[in-house]
Amino acid sequence: MFTETEIGRQKRRIENVMRIFFLVMTSLMIIPLLLIIGYLLYKARPVLSLEFLFTNPKDNMRAGGLWAPFLGTIYLVVVSLLVSAPIGVFAAVYLSEYARESWFTRITNLAVVNLAGVPSIVHALFGVGAFVLFAGLGESILAASLTLAIMTLPVIIASTTEALKAVPMSFREACWNLGATRWQTIRRIVIPNSISGILTGVILQVSRAAGETAPIMFTGAVFYKAIAEGNLFAYNITEQCMALSLHLFTISTQVPDVTEGIPYGTAIVLVGSVLLVNAASIVLRVYLRTRKKW
Amino acid sequence: MNILRKKSAANVPFSETVIETFIRLCGVSAIVFVFGIFFFVFREGAGFLFGGLDLGQFLTSPEWYPTSLSNKRYGTLALILGTFSVTALAMCIAVPFGLGAAIFVSEFCSPKLRETFKIIIELLAAIPSVVWGFIGLTLMNQLIIAVFNAPIGLTMLNGGIMLALMSVPIIVSIAEDALKAVPDSYREAAEALGATRWQVVYRVLLPAAKNGLLAAVLLGAARSIGETMAVLMATGHSVNIPSGPLSWIRTLTATIAAELGEVARGAEHYQVLFIIGILLFTITFVVNLIADLVIKGIRQDS
Repeated sequence: MFTETEIGRQKRRIENVMRIFFLVMTSLMIIPLLLIIGYLLYKARPVLSLEFLFTNPKDNMRAGGLWAPFLGTIYLVVVSLLVSAPIGVFAAVYLSEYARESWFTRITNLAVVNLAGVPSIVHALFGVGAFVLFAGLGESILAASLTLAIMTLPVIIASTTEALKAVPMSFREACWNLGATRWQTIRRIVIPNSISGILTGVILQVSRAAGETAPIMFTGAVFYKAIAEGNLFAYNITEQCMALSLHLFTISTQVPDVTEGIPYGTAIVLVGSVLLVNAASIVLRVYLRTRKKW
Repeated sequence: MNILRKKSAANVPFSETVIETFIRLCGVSAIVFVFGIFFFVFREGAGFLFGGLDLGQFLTSPEWYPTSLSNKRYGTLALILGTFSVTALAMCIAVPFGLGAAIFVSEFCSPKLRETFKIIIELLAAIPSVVWGFIGLTLMNQLIIAVFNAPIGLTMLNGGIMLALMSVPIIVSIAEDALKAVPDSYREAAEALGATRWQVVYRVLLPAAKNGLLAAVLLGAARSIGETMAVLMATGHSVNIPSGPLSWIRTLTATIAAELGEVARGAEHYQVLFIIGILLFTITFVVNLIADLVIKGIRQDS
């Protein structure tokens, strides 16, 4: 029979040590996530209530709730989604269904990667130069949303491309052989079979756009703007708005004597909404995997 | 996917031609936007860049006095060093953790645990940068004051930790892809020779995936260089040549964010902020390009 040699024992010991070492390193990443959510929740406890969400900031933003910034963020996200979702999805259709292997496709892909790598503050400068000044939109929800849309475009392109490529080639071939044109194949076969994957990307775009601060600071978000409470249409897209992310920055750095708890409450509402949206995309992805037909 | 391209039929309806044109337009939109970003940022800063700005002073002087009445100086050396030092510090923390986690998730993990870890990393990546900045301003600030007995906790160390936490998810996901891209036959061959998992990782996978791992680190660094809100709120915001982890610094990104709101359009100071934008764009563009070339390198090898 085989008996364990000294070398074998040593090998096994090193193996176990390394396994535990890597496990600890990975587990350490859970700690900041839990710590942050726990800490914010603990500090925000005194202010958290539904009323906090539905009243405007009061008393020079030292008290009150989050209605105006919260609604502003929703406006920014929805308008940017209306722009980036169609462009992003069609760009991905082009990259996955039309583009051939060529230097041009390579450059297009490189542009997507680089667009994702452009710093958010440079997007802000671009938004100021292109939308606020050149296009004459002024500082408005529209200008800020367009900036956000371009910034989040790579998120949609990347995840949609992946979703489209996951549809087996044989599906397309079968459709072509029935005499369908390329677009008919895309519309009837490719997109319906990858819709959950596409939705995942769109949802991720929402979460990304909701959290961004720098790109909207100079293109449409303001420190303070009073709007009617409870009215979902209180903002006009050609005017400026408040935003949750900028509000958090303002009340934690620019405004003195804010009621203890409000900045934490703002942070937890922001993190909470973003994580909820992300969780939705994860659930959708898991559901999609169980439903996969091929 | 260039297998079996269907030749377009002669009698394609007009509506389809329209929609295909639209798809092609969207396809090239990314190129248009990248050039557009460069063009519009350049356009706002070009006047002063070619007329009046002392480029030598801009890049090598640590004196940033944009609002001084008598002695205006636009030297960004302190800001550039601030950006790179805080990024370097962030990478010192993020790279071991990121690569360690990638190795664990890809090689040592059961599939179920792997899914859990990937979800946690995804959620970590989703936390907005302004929230990291807020954590730096509150929790980490107090921690650093308590641990290091420092007068103020808003330092390079604080910003570095925040940036590390923000770039770890990127490093993990790209490094994991790189490890996944190593063919299983390599692992099987090594295991058949009696190697343990760790030996496979150390002797076979790390050398085979080194380009992808390098790209992961580069993209993590690019993220740190471009990050704005977290460093604006957590690093103390004072123009200094960094002298250590506990010094206060300011970065290129934070300078634009803090000052753009206060300058008049077209003023020298305003244009300088756009020139800093061009500088940032160029730095991240080059880093991304290198990362892309490095990744392409692996594909040609395998």
